[in-house]
Amino acid sequence: MSDIQDIVGELDALTDENAEQYLTFVLAGEEYAIDVLRVREIKGWDKVTTLPRTPDYLQGVINLRGTIVPIVDLRKRFNLPEIAYGPTTVVIVLKVFGEEHDRIMGIIVDAVSDVHNLKYDSIRPAPEMKGYVDNRFVNGLATINNKMVVLMDIDALMSSAEMDEVEQPAA
Amino acid sequence: MPRSILAVDDSTSMRQMLAFSLKGAGYEVEEAADGQQALNIAKTRSFDLVLSDVNMPVMDGIELIRQLRALPTYKYTPILMLTTEAGTEKKMEGKNAGATGWIVKPFNPDQLLNTVKRVLG
Amino acid sequence: MSIDLSQFKQSFLEESDEGLDVLESGLLALDSGTADDEVIHAVFRAAHSIKGGAGTFSLTEIASFTHVMETLLDEMRDGRRAISKEAINVLLNSVDVLRELLDAARDDVPPEMSRVNEIQAKLEAVLNAGNNQATEDKQEAETESEQQEPEADGWVIKFHPHEHMLRTGNDTVRMFKELAALGDLENRVNLSGLPEFEHMDPELSYLSWILHLKKNEQQGAIDKAVIEEIFEWVEDDCDLSIEPLTSEPDDTSTSEQNDSPQPAEIPVSETITAADNVIPITGESDAQTVPSKVPAAGVQQPAEAQQKSSTRKKKATETGSIRVGTDKIDTLINMVGELVITQSMLSQMGEDFSMDKIEDLREGLAQLERNTRELQESVMRIRMLPISSSFQRFPRLVHDLGQKMNKKIELKMFGEQTELDKTVMEKIGDPLVHLVRNSLDHGIEDPQTRLAAGKSETGTITLNAYHQGGFIIIEISDDGAGLPRDKLLNKAIEKGLVTEQDNLPDEKIYDLIFHPGFSTVDQISDISGRGVGMDVVRKNIKELGGNVDVRTEEGRGTTFTIRLPLTLAILDGQLVKVGNETYIIPLVSIIESLEIETDNINTIAGTTEVYKMRDKYIPLVRLYEVFDVQPGTHRLQDCLLVVVEGDGGKAGILVDDLLSQQQVVIKSLETNYKRIQGVSGATILGDGTVALILDMSGLLTLAKEIEPVQNYQNQTYANG
Repeated sequence: MSDIQDIVGELDALTDENAEQYLTFVLAGEEYAIDVLRVREIKGWDKVTTLPRTPDYLQGVINLRGTIVPIVDLRKRFNLPEIAYGPTTVVIVLKVFGEEHDRIMGIIVDAVSDVHNLKYDSIRPAPEMKGYVDNRFVNGLATINNKMVVLMDIDALMSSAEMDEVEQPAA
Repeated sequence: MPRSILAVDDSTSMRQMLAFSLKGAGYEVEEAADGQQALNIAKTRSFDLVLSDVNMPVMDGIELIRQLRALPTYKYTPILMLTTEAGTEKKMEGKNAGATGWIVKPFNPDQLLNTVKRVLG
Repeated sequence: MSIDLSQFKQSFLEESDEGLDVLESGLLALDSGTADDEVIHAVFRAAHSIKGGAGTFSLTEIASFTHVMETLLDEMRDGRRAISKEAINVLLNSVDVLRELLDAARDDVPPEMSRVNEIQAKLEAVLNAGNNQATEDKQEAETESEQQEPEADGWVIKFHPHEHMLRTGNDTVRMFKELAALGDLENRVNLSGLPEFEHMDPELSYLSWILHLKKNEQQGAIDKAVIEEIFEWVEDDCDLSIEPLTSEPDDTSTSEQNDSPQPAEIPVSETITAADNVIPITGESDAQTVPSKVPAAGVQQPAEAQQKSSTRKKKATETGSIRVGTDKIDTLINMVGELVITQSMLSQMGEDFSMDKIEDLREGLAQLERNTRELQESVMRIRMLPISSSFQRFPRLVHDLGQKMNKKIELKMFGEQTELDKTVMEKIGDPLVHLVRNSLDHGIEDPQTRLAAGKSETGTITLNAYHQGGFIIIEISDDGAGLPRDKLLNKAIEKGLVTEQDNLPDEKIYDLIFHPGFSTVDQISDISGRGVGMDVVRKNIKELGGNVDVRTEEGRGTTFTIRLPLTLAILDGQLVKVGNETYIIPLVSIIESLEIETDNINTIAGTTEVYKMRDKYIPLVRLYEVFDVQPGTHRLQDCLLVVVEGDGGKAGILVDDLLSQQQVVIKSLETNYKRIQGVSGATILGDGTVALILDMSGLLTLAKEIEPVQNYQNQTYANG
């Protein structure tokens, strides 16, 4: 797999007006995609400082060149079985648009795949799925290399309303 | 050679307006914020006209006129007082010190230019 | 050609703001008798400049109002009028009015005139009471300015310059050119005054002329006033007569009109010169006669003038920008330069490193630390401004309130150049005002009481600011009555805050004034008893990371001491360890730290834990519990207790270990996340990891809400 940073760096070269670039990542065997323009950077896993009295999927905060950035563990967020963090664990740092102001936040994923050009007309709406990903956070579905990819709505997922969710009592 | 004017006033905004109006009409303008500064500048070069406010710190306009007239190079240079005072005393004082005439503040820039033009010929 | 000067309006308004400050401080100095001769002139000039500029921008209300002030000040500076308290008070009120007028001008709304007229009337009353004959004369002279200007075919002008006319820089040729532009000019010169050539002084004028100026086709009839204007500058330096041209040819005799017409001419031309390009003068004379003219000029929709003047002060302080002296910038540039050098030196070392260079590396890193620290200090200094802008409101405040309360008060200020962070300064303003008002109201006694106590009639309030360590200290002291110890104690007992048996030391009793709801004011004076109590003052100061104390001596006076960190973004912190987590407790909140003695842990009502510290019980906060983290040890006796001060109370925080104390840069959690109770912010430690900064009051509140640890765990620990 080519260097992730290179992929992100090549974005400017691609200019297809009827499509948008998406960064795809893997989470528990499923592929997800997010608008590449929202991706600030991709980091390897590093120590996180836990925040008290926050939902458990809010893993904590990290220091990103002087800024405090909260990190969300997506497996925990979607109640997927947890895995150990390791050298392949990736943190995608995103720009999240909020009601009042924009924020920088990060998500922990299993791995990052690639950047794809997705034509608008190839994106299908997601049916009412019973799955672990709430439809609120899904913008649509697409097919890439014969695989189904779920387009994630980052703003909805990381919105302040979501972050305020009271900690679920331990199952 | 453009005509040169020394504009003296302790109010920055007034100086700015004088300079703006005069430079716009093609005059070369140097500024001073009080009589002493003006005198120092005048000693180093000559001007075709001196425009001076009356009420200034350090050295006021009347004293400036007196001192300028004592300089050989400024014996006949037109010196105009800028004054808001309609009172004759200040004008008399200025005249006695050697002022050529006066321009009343607030000045209408067109009037200012007319008067300056009159004096400079 | 019309030149637009409106771009300079902003500059004028700013300048006028500064002028008003000069006016106000000058007037206060004159009032207190501490002014030297120059002050009254500076005050006059300030008003004069504002008037002049106002006229330029057609701000007629300001121009006419300021004119009255200027007239009064003119008399004072010439010694024609004594500098009375009454006059100064009216002038001070005028300054306020002018501020409102300037605000209206700035916002381009018509000014609210009722107060303007009120004060203007007062100004005029003061003026007229001083029996001002001169202005009345001027008025009469101006009202007589209607002169008949007979139309004639032309004019005969007899012009004889006095010997020294040329000394004024006026030029006969120039004047004749101007005349020639009006019509057909014929010129006859009289050479009889010329001396022998050898005796001729080129600087003197010996000639005289008789000029005939006839109207011509293009120009039409010539106004006498226009001719007079041409000669107006030299009217005292010459003999001049202007007569209508009759059909008879004039006598070319050399006899000049001498003195008889001249005196008649001069007063006439003088009034006429008053008429021409001097629009404001007619306005001025109106202002002096009938105050009611002013409202006619400014048809008002009542504008929010009051609001504006209060926002004016805000404008000066709460803008999003800051003025920085270029010296600070230069220092900064130098620091960065040195940093770059150190960085490249280290970088080079890294290229080709071997262990024998370890000493060089250490040195390089030490250098880097120095550079960084210096840079940090330089940058912090950029946000620093002298406290003078906070202090400058006090002379006026003390003056006005002193008068209102019939007390004689002198204000002394020291250390006005002491710098502090811009944001801190903006927020310290209100607490400072409250403390000064408190001194004015409750501290300083009225003159009779003071005399009876053997003190001087005039009380003194002193403001003093200086740096100490990383803090700025502001002292507000008075030589007044001091705090009444017994009264305070009784009030506290009454309110149930303390009991008689508590036997509080004096300093604790005095500290009670900072307790919420504690006020010994018998009647609520509108000055300081407004419910904004000392507790709010202390709270506001604490929010800035500082503190306020009081020292007093009954009968002698009181001193309030405010201590503030030099910048908001940096904090002195104590690093503590709980399990794997590192937290930071603000040093300013820590009272002491001690080792746990398990015997001292008690439980109240089975739920709340307290620790017995000497003879007091303080709540015990198990930090690991509140934050739900794994504690490092279960053996309580291995833990440490950090005794802190939160909102109105003390508490002991249980930690595993105390680490270092250091200055930390406060980073916001809310920027990218949100506020968490118990946490005031975060910082980045030397190893790059994030540590949370604890907020004491939030933490203590949280601690009360948390369900206590199950009893069985208690036993385990106690036995551990």
